[in-house]
Amino acid sequence: MLSRLREIEQSVHFTFDGASMRAERGDMLATALLAAGVHQVRHSVVSGAPRAPYCLMGVCFECLVTVDGVQNRQACLIEVEGGMTVLSQNGASSLPPRSGPDEGREVL
Amino acid sequence: MQNVDLLVIGGGLVGAAIAWGLARSGVKPLVLDGSDLDLRASRANFALVWVQGKGLHAPHYALWSYSSAKIWPTMAAALYEDSGIDVGLIQNGGFTFALADEELEAIQADMECIASETAAHAPIFEVLDRCQTRERLTHVGPDVVGSVYSPADGHVNALRLFHALHAAMIGRGASYRANHKVDAIRPVADGFIVTGDGFSIMSRKIVLAAGLENERLAPMVGLSCPLKRSKGQVLVTEKCKPFLPCLSPTIRQTDEGGVMIGDSEETDSSSIATSSDITAVLASRAIRVFPSLANLSVVRSWTGFRVKTADGVPIYDRSPRHPSAFLVACHSGVTLAANHALVVAPQISASQLSEELSSFSARRFHAEQIA
Amino acid sequence: MTARVVSKAEDLLPVYDILIVGAGPAGMAAAIEASKAGARVVVLDENPRPGGQIYREITRNRPGERSYLGSDYWKGKPLADLFAECSGDYAAKATVWSIEHTEDGEGKDHHRVGLTVAGVARMIEAAAVVLATGAQERPMSVPGWTLPGVMTAGAAQIALKSSGVVPSAPVVLAGCGPLLYLLASQLADAGGHNITLLDTSQSLLRWEALRHLPGFLGSPYLVKGLGLLLKTKRHIRVVTRVQSLAILGQNTVEGVRFATRLKTEALQAETVLLHQGVVPAINLATAAGCPLMWNERQRAFQPVTDAEGRTPRRGILIAGDSAGIVGAQAAEMGGRIAALAALSDLGLAKSASLIRDLQGRRQRFFQGRDFLDALYSPARAFLVPSDPETIVCRCEEISAGKLREVITLGPPGPNQLKTFIRCGMGPCQGRLCAATVTEIMAAAKGMNPGEIGTYRLRSPVKPVRLAELAALPHAPRALKAVTGRDPVDHQFKEEGHSL
Repeated sequence: MLSRLREIEQSVHFTFDGASMRAERGDMLATALLAAGVHQVRHSVVSGAPRAPYCLMGVCFECLVTVDGVQNRQACLIEVEGGMTVLSQNGASSLPPRSGPDEGREVL
Repeated sequence: MQNVDLLVIGGGLVGAAIAWGLARSGVKPLVLDGSDLDLRASRANFALVWVQGKGLHAPHYALWSYSSAKIWPTMAAALYEDSGIDVGLIQNGGFTFALADEELEAIQADMECIASETAAHAPIFEVLDRCQTRERLTHVGPDVVGSVYSPADGHVNALRLFHALHAAMIGRGASYRANHKVDAIRPVADGFIVTGDGFSIMSRKIVLAAGLENERLAPMVGLSCPLKRSKGQVLVTEKCKPFLPCLSPTIRQTDEGGVMIGDSEETDSSSIATSSDITAVLASRAIRVFPSLANLSVVRSWTGFRVKTADGVPIYDRSPRHPSAFLVACHSGVTLAANHALVVAPQISASQLSEELSSFSARRFHAEQIA
Repeated sequence: MTARVVSKAEDLLPVYDILIVGAGPAGMAAAIEASKAGARVVVLDENPRPGGQIYREITRNRPGERSYLGSDYWKGKPLADLFAECSGDYAAKATVWSIEHTEDGEGKDHHRVGLTVAGVARMIEAAAVVLATGAQERPMSVPGWTLPGVMTAGAAQIALKSSGVVPSAPVVLAGCGPLLYLLASQLADAGGHNITLLDTSQSLLRWEALRHLPGFLGSPYLVKGLGLLLKTKRHIRVVTRVQSLAILGQNTVEGVRFATRLKTEALQAETVLLHQGVVPAINLATAAGCPLMWNERQRAFQPVTDAEGRTPRRGILIAGDSAGIVGAQAAEMGGRIAALAALSDLGLAKSASLIRDLQGRRQRFFQGRDFLDALYSPARAFLVPSDPETIVCRCEEISAGKLREVITLGPPGPNQLKTFIRCGMGPCQGRLCAATVTEIMAAAKGMNPGEIGTYRLRSPVKPVRLAELAALPHAPRALKAVTGRDPVDHQFKEEGHSL
């Protein structure tokens, strides 16, 4: 949906649904996904329709993805970091959400 | 001037349930409602059909809530027939959770008191300790010291209920006019002249169901409606797949997936704004009950002002001086919707309040004043 | 001096003199002005680097590499440089989700601001708050606008500025407003090809706009606008007077079908970019209790402010596009004016003559605005979707037909509609449907949108995790309100769970 005008200079690697992706350092995640050929990032919560980033400025909440275990993050407001694990979302998220080791216990 | 047989003032859950009930009994009421940004408890409630713990030192209220919960399925079916909207009633029982021993003791004491005051006619309940609670509900956190369970409790989708009542009352021939704030009601020989900005309507009979506005309107027809301030705040999370194993009066998952978290009571705030202090405590207690909520995001929060009478018990009244004027004022407009539509409305239609209802008259407050 | 970059919530001061939300032109300018006077200033912004949307990534981009962004973009550079040198605190990647009125120890007005930085929430206080939250694009609900492959024109421009990426061809730009032409020209300059621009402006409005022509002729927009129009038309196909538009495709955009008065045509497309002007971003202001007014010319709600940006909520000021669309350069002046007004109200500086001077200079950018507003006022067909199937609320997937059906029940306004059918209840909190819901209701009732009103919003205006909220301090008053009992000692253990 988006294509780069120049080659990536400083690569950052992350995964999306297990597939390895490359982005330019400083890219926002939503832009990086679109530029890497990801056409949709989730299925909507109500009807299950495919959705993709729409406004890229934090307004529309269409680019919600799961980042490092935390669901419903706005991909357009997150800068890509090396090693990020990004998952698409299929409708509403399931609970208990995937969390890091002992995260639940610390909250208590 | 327009002439009508029956005017309902207030188009919230209470007014709409009464108006629908009246329309079902053959009267075609005109419902006058306020504006979009008025205080509206009907848009802020927690959507419980709840009996547990209600009516402490007011056994008639405990039993009144229970009877409404019992006929809720009948009403939900009738409402579906009239509106085509399924309000999602589920009555599988509910748990009240305690996060400290004193909390559990206090809940238990109240429940036992209600049982004895109602001569055991209130719904049965069980007091569960920490282990028993965890046996039933594996999701609860270690901070939960115990719970009270009663099988009589339930919940609905209150947004669809509100929509359905409006669709049903209009479908049955009621008329509805929003943005018609009533300024004055003047009793005349054969009814009442109700006036507001740009309108004047003559009605033979009127029902005040105007929520907080009842306090202002009641004296105009020889009634009274003493209220006290009670602000509640609710948080709702992003939607997730059904996971909450049970219903409680402070945490529930809606059938759309969001988790609603309440329930606070501020008596010293008149601002409609939410308070982040309240939010913090609500969030923290919710996570202590169900730790898996921690990573869910709150997507909205709102406040509402309960229509809470001075003693917390509903008022159903008929004016002694102007007997064609009736008043209904209560919180728990969801729980009591079934009684309002199926019991109270027919009595208003027949101009005869039953013995059961007359114990809810606001005369109880005057008796106290005299004493 | 250089701005102190704060990357953790705990590193913020507990109290500031002036707290600024947004690091676009208005926010940066406000920070520069306020810190000159020695006030304790903080700027909170959602993005990783300053610039807002208009000057997105201005601190990283180099003119030699991205000349296609045009000269107006590079005007942000000196401003961003000054901002980097000012003495305030700057928290990037920070989300502000609430503003509440409170009082300081001496009974003076204060504002408690709820924010999240790097996954940790915190409440801090400020004597004055300057909201510089900018604008967002007016929603353009057309059939198929929820399909992957459809974005806003603003989104494409952001992608171009921030990552040097262009939408995949064939590209269709549709709607109205200067940004659409600017983007078309930028895409053409960046080497984009196979671009079609469908202009939905109403032809009648051109006559309406002429009333304001004298003002426009003396304005800085004239030369710019004409040049843009000519350039765009040289490089890309422009179809004017488009009266209807549908985006086609099953799971992604495959094309568009549009109609002018003369013909209907279908085009293949990979990307569709929609735009029909911008409206103030008012969610935070509304939740903070700032009253709104209807701006008929810009056809949008905006917060009520005086000429210096003060709202009727004492200590809350609004600058730039978030107080009514004015454009980047006027926003910059507005930011400085609001900061000076706040300083003066707090007794930190005397600034009346400076304010007057800036207001005089800002006036130049207001000139010609009326012409543009009238010329680019969106056509009714695109404000009120006629096809009942068209989604209006993208989050809850509520269609125009459903809205109209429920409006026949006679609800008093958008907030009751919201309760009945959940429009505006999703995570975007109505940002993408509020304008359309108001327009649909106004059309159905034959009323002015200003009389219809819009959603009442409350904090948090952006989603916040329960764990973050739970970690905030627990006030005894709040504990009492929730548990019904006065907190006893052991309950204070509830305070501050670690995350």
